[in-house]
Amino acid sequence: MIIRMIVNGEQVEVDVKPNETLLDVIRNKLHLTGPKEGCGNGECGACTIIYNGRPVNSCLVLAPEADGAEILTVEGLSKNGKLHPVQEAFIEENAAQCGFCTPGFIMSAKALLDRNPNPSKEDIVEAFAGNLCRCTGYVPIIKAVQRVVKEGRKEK
Amino acid sequence: MRFKYVGQKMKRVDIYEKVAGTAKYVTDLAFPGMLYAAVLRSPYAHAKIKRLDVSKARELPGVKAVVTSKECPYRQGIYLVDRPIFAQKRVRYVGEPVAAVAADTPEIAQKAIELIEVEYEELPAVHDPRESMKGEILIHPDLESYERLPIYNIEPEKNVFHHHKSRKGDIEKGFAEADLIVENEFYLPQIYHAPLEPHGAIAFWDFNGVLTVWSSAQSPYTLRNLIAHAFKLPRHKVRVITPYIGGGFGGKAGINMEGIVIALAQQVKGKHIKLIYTREEDIMATVVRQGMYARIKTGVKKDGTLTAWEMEMIFDGGAYAEYGTNVVRAAGYTAPGSYYVPNLKIDSYGVYTNHLVGGAFRGFGHGEFHWAVERQMDIIAQKLGMDPKKLREKNLLRPGLTNTMGQKFHEHTGNPKACLDKAAELIEYDKKPEQPKELHKKRGKGIAMLVKAPAMPTNAATAVVIKFNEDATVTLQVSTQEIGQGFNTAVTQMAADALHIPPEKIRVVTPIDTDANPYDWQTVASRALWSTGNALYRAAEDALNQIKNIASQVLGVAPYNLEVEDDRVYVKYDPEIYIPLKDIVMGYTYPDGHAIGGPVIGRGSFVPERLTNLDPETGQGNAAAEWTFGAQAAEVEVDTETGEIRILKLVGVFDAGKVVNPLVAEGQAIGGMIQGLGPAISEEIKYDDKCRPLTVSFTDYKIPTIADIPEEMKIDFVETFEETNPFGARGIAEHPMISVPPAVAAAIYDAIGVNIYELPITPERILKALEGKGK
Repeated sequence: MIIRMIVNGEQVEVDVKPNETLLDVIRNKLHLTGPKEGCGNGECGACTIIYNGRPVNSCLVLAPEADGAEILTVEGLSKNGKLHPVQEAFIEENAAQCGFCTPGFIMSAKALLDRNPNPSKEDIVEAFAGNLCRCTGYVPIIKAVQRVVKEGRKEK
Repeated sequence: MRFKYVGQKMKRVDIYEKVAGTAKYVTDLAFPGMLYAAVLRSPYAHAKIKRLDVSKARELPGVKAVVTSKECPYRQGIYLVDRPIFAQKRVRYVGEPVAAVAADTPEIAQKAIELIEVEYEELPAVHDPRESMKGEILIHPDLESYERLPIYNIEPEKNVFHHHKSRKGDIEKGFAEADLIVENEFYLPQIYHAPLEPHGAIAFWDFNGVLTVWSSAQSPYTLRNLIAHAFKLPRHKVRVITPYIGGGFGGKAGINMEGIVIALAQQVKGKHIKLIYTREEDIMATVVRQGMYARIKTGVKKDGTLTAWEMEMIFDGGAYAEYGTNVVRAAGYTAPGSYYVPNLKIDSYGVYTNHLVGGAFRGFGHGEFHWAVERQMDIIAQKLGMDPKKLREKNLLRPGLTNTMGQKFHEHTGNPKACLDKAAELIEYDKKPEQPKELHKKRGKGIAMLVKAPAMPTNAATAVVIKFNEDATVTLQVSTQEIGQGFNTAVTQMAADALHIPPEKIRVVTPIDTDANPYDWQTVASRALWSTGNALYRAAEDALNQIKNIASQVLGVAPYNLEVEDDRVYVKYDPEIYIPLKDIVMGYTYPDGHAIGGPVIGRGSFVPERLTNLDPETGQGNAAAEWTFGAQAAEVEVDTETGEIRILKLVGVFDAGKVVNPLVAEGQAIGGMIQGLGPAISEEIKYDDKCRPLTVSFTDYKIPTIADIPEEMKIDFVETFEETNPFGARGIAEHPMISVPPAVAAAIYDAIGVNIYELPITPERILKALEGKGK
């Protein structure tokens, strides 16, 4: 069946199977390989995308459900060849090591900051409750989000 | 050497692609006409295969190949060749591959797997390595006939794939001299690496006989070697390409699941075959850290001086030996770690069971034995009424003393005392923790030592190639794999200082391709910074010599009077006389058109110097190249009603030698300590009574989440210059994970006065220990 979505700002039409996951469609049919499959069961968050404004494990969404959805993947964050402030903050704080979980964390961070531009440490911890990382020990990821908040304030 | 870039907090060179989501891993690769693989696995931990019929699977439309041990009768193994790619007549663990299919789609491959018929005859499964050693059930009846490296000592009648012995001094005399003898038993279960990227591979076998494998392997060359060995292929016709790896932690060392896709590719030449493990497969059918039972008997004088140390370690190696052979050996030649004991008797056994396959895991036997040794040190201190830090301090290795294998400790070997003191300072060891108002909540602090050397063959070789480009920028080829540890960044900084060229002008080649990149043994053992660093230094010297030799001819100045800096080669005593590097690195052309020299390519090769095998009876020799010491400390809060533990603070201090990049080093230390927190408080592979693993998802196998991290973490480094490396650097990759569990257990004792002997330290274990104390 054909579904229509807005993916990273562009209207797309894609032929999907009823039992196909949105993650598989994004990776294999739209060729956006930023979101990763770490478990396929919604336990690790490596496939996190922003789906109608909310962070979602795309491995848990069946593709037909996404008809009409607006989707943002990590590939949609950079503009005019420039990385997004969240991505820049991850660089500054050394918040990626192997990098496999990173796109998921970045999308969870973006979703958090979109709905709460001034999150507390507890808010940050809660926002990443569904994202696993085995390399960084999470500490620099928290700092990266705090940096975006601080820099945002500076800009204003 | 002058350090301009080494020692700086340079940003990771690989981080831009990783935050952009453009960094490519094996799972992100696809090829036109690619086929998908699926694997049929054993549901039994121990059984005979009575009948195996794949005919229905073969007939399914869309199926392009089906393989079993009939088509692929090969075994693999790094030190002991015991692991069949597909089960041969017998299965030895739940999840062992029995057959595999390649098909047009993953769905067809899965359907074909379901059409394969297997009849098993279940055999009794062996759960406990101590039981296994009785030899009542032989897991590998043909062990004696397996090919193996001669340094490993099998005991086939006891299911033992390696028995390592260390003997030093006179153990009986040591006990006779003791005022007190302390004897305890400790245990830790198998644990899982849990890299966020599951294992994956793509194989392509061409009609010219060349096999190409894209893999999530940590060690491209050792993978190539083991593929060639298992499939009996010449090395020049095997090509391994390793893109970015999404975490390895030892689980992706050597060969793993690659043989499955290679066997399929052998049947369907000219087609790419892809297999990415599910999380469940990754837990069951790759490797895990071995479990261990340890018994320690220590003799000690009233003043705390250790006189005798007798230790038996029985490792739960699972169904196949894998790297376990060398894990057992490394633990056997290093325990009791940071302490000097004149009289030692250590026996370390790797034992087959029907558990998941044990292999390499960050720390390689050291997380295991330090749990037992550091706990024992705490208990000895309690019995002597001595402060545990003082007991440690008294017995630390220091210059002039020898370690377990008899190596003499030098000033440059490291400074364990400085690590201990700094860790104590950071945890405020002398200050009693502030107790919470609730009386059932108690806080305490604890401290533990650690040490580890790279556990590697005496001849573990590495090479580096430095290629100058036309504009005097540099392309650097290494075969140390970037797996998240930040090696590509560190080696860029080292190359910048060795070549006197800014790091912006240097790029490390990625992905690694064994057809192009020079040899490196493996990306394991915390050895890369040290050994690739040595090779890099030699390659830089070679390149600089070539540049100076060309410039010498042009300028009429001796090479030793020339210096390279940034974009030029100049005369030391008159820097205004120089030639731009770009005019030299492809050869120098005179105004009349004739040219000399040619492209500058620096080559550096390295093997560890003067290492030897160990005496099989005493374990004495020179098997370790360099040692990294450290100390870790924890402050915890224990709820005596629920048994729950809150980690308030973790401290890690490591003698890194020269810290090449403080940003990356601290990041690695924090990450490693959180990984070490997992086995301390939650991680464990659990089995049912038939050795079926129960913890095969992230829901059941709990790695630390962001909610588990301590409120505070402090990392620091001691920098005792490592004389065996031109940059003064030694490895620190594994060390942060090692002594978190004993530091936490020591803090728990300080808080509530009970000793924990088994990992993980669950609320149940705390409550049980408290009950025992009440009696």
